[in-house]
Amino acid sequence: MARETAAGIRVINPGVLTLVQDLGRFGYQHLGLSPGGAADEHAFLWANRLLGNPPGSAQLEICLGGLQLQAKVATRMAITGADLQATLNGRVLAPWQTFAVTPGDRLHFGHPRGGVRGYLAVQGGFDIAPTFGSVSTVMREQIGGLDGWGRPLAKGDFLPCAEGTGPSLRVPWRYLPDYQRPLVLRVIASDQSEAVGAGLLEKLCQSDYQISAQSDRMGVRLSGEALRPQQGGIVSEGLGFGTVQIPPDGQPIIMLKDRQTIGGYPKLGTVFPLDAFALSQRQPHTTVTFEPIALHDAQGRLARFYRFFGV
Amino acid sequence: MTAWRIENAGADALIIRFGDTIDPAQVPRIRVATDRLAQGLKGQVKDLVPSYTTLMVVYDPVQNDFDSLGRKITRLLGQLDERQPQVGRLVEIPVWYDPEVGPDLERVAAHHQLSIEELIRRHSECEYVVFAIGFAPGFAYMGHAPESIATPRLATPRERVPVGSVALADRQTAVYPIATPGGWNLLGRTAMILFDRERETLCPLAAGDRVRFVPVGRAQFLEAGGVI
Repeated sequence: MARETAAGIRVINPGVLTLVQDLGRFGYQHLGLSPGGAADEHAFLWANRLLGNPPGSAQLEICLGGLQLQAKVATRMAITGADLQATLNGRVLAPWQTFAVTPGDRLHFGHPRGGVRGYLAVQGGFDIAPTFGSVSTVMREQIGGLDGWGRPLAKGDFLPCAEGTGPSLRVPWRYLPDYQRPLVLRVIASDQSEAVGAGLLEKLCQSDYQISAQSDRMGVRLSGEALRPQQGGIVSEGLGFGTVQIPPDGQPIIMLKDRQTIGGYPKLGTVFPLDAFALSQRQPHTTVTFEPIALHDAQGRLARFYRFFGV
Repeated sequence: MTAWRIENAGADALIIRFGDTIDPAQVPRIRVATDRLAQGLKGQVKDLVPSYTTLMVVYDPVQNDFDSLGRKITRLLGQLDERQPQVGRLVEIPVWYDPEVGPDLERVAAHHQLSIEELIRRHSECEYVVFAIGFAPGFAYMGHAPESIATPRLATPRERVPVGSVALADRQTAVYPIATPGGWNLLGRTAMILFDRERETLCPLAAGDRVRFVPVGRAQFLEAGGVI
């Protein structure tokens, strides 16, 4: 509140849930700190790229909209991800492109028309001090975010950023995702898949699953054909991004960014990260299916994706 | 020589598996492997996550793929001796065992038909190893407590376990680093801070460290900054 004269963005209304995010907190998982980070790196990386920012520059992840901001700076911003029906001083703003703001401008977000999470980036990134190397907000752990204590944005918060100018740019249409499209999750089999239960991975790939409303940044819960592993639990071990866990009720959980670092449910495999990003943009009750992908193929595609964005 | 094997854990992580069952003797090997990879793969790994029987390696798929990193790991680990000499630091954790801060002390003692003094003696006389840190920042899973005091988790977890609570579940023991919901049996409390944001290393414990619980009195607990 004290930085009224500084350049930045004022939070008028934080909306449903708005979090400061970057590409995650690494180097602390052995101490139990979740990596966190932008749920949908595809949308996140495009927003920074449009503005010429370093790929990991801090942004706002706006879950389900309702956010209202007022600019106290003249700069360029970009919106990507879910279509949250954003307006600038009442005029409709198309997502997946940059726009200019001047002091006093009001930026409002409505309800999602498609997708779950919108990303708002500013030229040069929001200037927020990292906690343990990252600004990523992990609410459960009370780590990261604006003041380091893992809280979501609140009314009156001030997000410092620099002034900026630059060209108007938009993401080429061929790269725009359609969050309404049926989603196929490509899954990399784990070496334990068969030991977990013979034929279980095939069963996963032959069934339709619905996204449960009890899904969040930690994981997406699915409901559909129950899978019954040989054993209810395994010795706890590290959990990678996109891990397909099978809890005792047999309904798969896909572990996302705010997952715990180790877990003891049987694991069938790992969802290809680009598909896990897309999964985080699917609304509850959407149907998803699975199909296998070879590890080598998945790694090649993922490396191309990160190279494209300079990560 | 027991073999270890490397498995994928998705497109950006792999798991080195050292065994399939929990075994305190396995822990020093995993600690040695973790230290070796931390040195030898500096700048090439994003996280090394040791757990009971495994070590997860999180890496950048632009820099390495599963095969290339696997080869480097194989070269660095070579043959890990089945038994490693004692590795990891020995950390002493002072504990005030008392029903006032250990609300399950009396019930656990009664469950095993032991006096409270005997339960405390058995819990504090052995040296534990840290299997893994997880569940919450700084929450160290340690074992094994003597079979004679192994106690199942509470049927209904507490909504809030106070910070510093020293707890027992089956043959594992732990200290709650922050106040969280939890289902372990609470035997006492320590003034030691298990997750300290101001400290460079954040946690006094790492997987592979060894731990002894040292019984102290109420006065010592309070003097060390303990909160009731």
